[in-house]
Amino acid sequence: MSTELDCRGLACPQPVINTKKALDKLTEGVLIVKVDNAVAKENVSKFAVSQGCGLSIEQQGQDFSISITKGKLTDNEDSALKAATVILFSQNMLGHGSEELGSVLIKSFMFTLTQSDRLPKTLLFINSGVKLTVAGSPVLEHLQVLAEQGVEILSCGTCLDFYNLKEKLAVGSISNMYSILDTLTAADKAITL
Amino acid sequence: MLRQLKKPQDPRLLVGIDTTDDAGVYLLNENTALIQTVDFFTPIVDDPYLFGQIAAANSLSDVYAMGGKPLTTMNIVAFPLCKLGPDVLAAILKGGQDKVLEAGAVTVGGHTIEDTEPKFGLSVTGIAHPSKILTNAGAKPGDSLILTKPLGTGILATAARAELFAEGLQEAIKSMATLNKTAAEVLNEFNASACTDITGFGFLGHVHELAAASGVQVDIAAANLPLLPQAMEAADMGLVPAGAYANRSYLQTVRFADNISEAIKDICFDPQTSGGLLISIAANQAQDLLATLQDRGIEFARIVGQVKGSGKGEIYVY
Repeated sequence: MSTELDCRGLACPQPVINTKKALDKLTEGVLIVKVDNAVAKENVSKFAVSQGCGLSIEQQGQDFSISITKGKLTDNEDSALKAATVILFSQNMLGHGSEELGSVLIKSFMFTLTQSDRLPKTLLFINSGVKLTVAGSPVLEHLQVLAEQGVEILSCGTCLDFYNLKEKLAVGSISNMYSILDTLTAADKAITL
Repeated sequence: MLRQLKKPQDPRLLVGIDTTDDAGVYLLNENTALIQTVDFFTPIVDDPYLFGQIAAANSLSDVYAMGGKPLTTMNIVAFPLCKLGPDVLAAILKGGQDKVLEAGAVTVGGHTIEDTEPKFGLSVTGIAHPSKILTNAGAKPGDSLILTKPLGTGILATAARAELFAEGLQEAIKSMATLNKTAAEVLNEFNASACTDITGFGFLGHVHELAAASGVQVDIAAANLPLLPQAMEAADMGLVPAGAYANRSYLQTVRFADNISEAIKDICFDPQTSGGLLISIAANQAQDLLATLQDRGIEFARIVGQVKGSGKGEIYVY
């Protein structure tokens, strides 16, 4: 099933705007966008790719017919985006210099993460970072919100042992170095804080 | 096109149209050279006052890019008076006037014509000591290249028309309305080899102008390019103006390393409005110049490349 969108004769960035609106409304099938210049073809294609859509382009005389498949995103809305990112928390605060500031920053960071519409796939906690996933953690509430939205939360078992916190794990599960390493290397993007 | 006109033969013409430079420079006496430039364009933002500010900053920039100081300006205005009304025109002119005052120059007059589409800019006269004039033709192998403002104004202006990335646009407006005055003053304390400003041909277009005029080839470090916030996301989404594609197809002497993303390439060709100064300076002065620029509030200044050797303006982006 396909829907057609004629963007010929429209000035930049109208073709991208119209494509965005049409894709937002589309629940299934293929959107075929017609444009009459190379700039619009390039821009609409870039837009489709940035939204995780499938793409194929056919030239018809002076015009281009761009077929965009939304399929992937309809099943699990941000799975295409989630697949990419893993964040490793190597301590229970953010940054170096002032511990007081670091504690304030980690709370702010976790809150901001809960508001983001591009959630990471996994959060890893090692060394003093495991203090963030146990009972009494200042960011427990935010981590629980993230867990509810499908973000995987893993805390290093060795680290929990070291700090005598194994029984106090309050969100996510216990992991080991092999699994942590695997998660990091398989990630499209790994961020260490 | 200009090649069809008869080339001036006056020995007092220090900088003419030969080296595609930012302004014309004419020797008045042994201590003073006169700098003259003109620029005007159609609105890129909705607010008329801000449009006036940006257009004025853009016009004044060419004087700074030559190492000079603006003295007097004249307004060039085209305006649909019946359609937009006198208040909008007044706001544009006030924006321009305030920017000229900020530059320490004086508006001495101007000319307005009726037109279907508003346009605004300035003709600017400035001065410099002849020995301090900076053309785009002096870059030397081994020099470092410094850029003083972040890139992405064209892309963010396009995104704004799609009502996206408003924060990025706010930062772009702030950047476009900023005079290159402080940067030029700092530059005066150093001994740069060459200078130009980044405008309509995009970052790489103006890098090429400087490199070609200087007879060199350059390397650009993509990772060091200062970018406006959200410019990458907007480029990823295809909010790239037609001008960027035009710049890209015009410039054939650029090679990109394999890992350079499409978004970065788009940003590199994105036509800029009222962009920063691109400075070529000996490597042993570059760090000092960078530190001084940043100390004086030019926070986005970065070393973005090196002059590799003699050439015809070839660019390698890695």
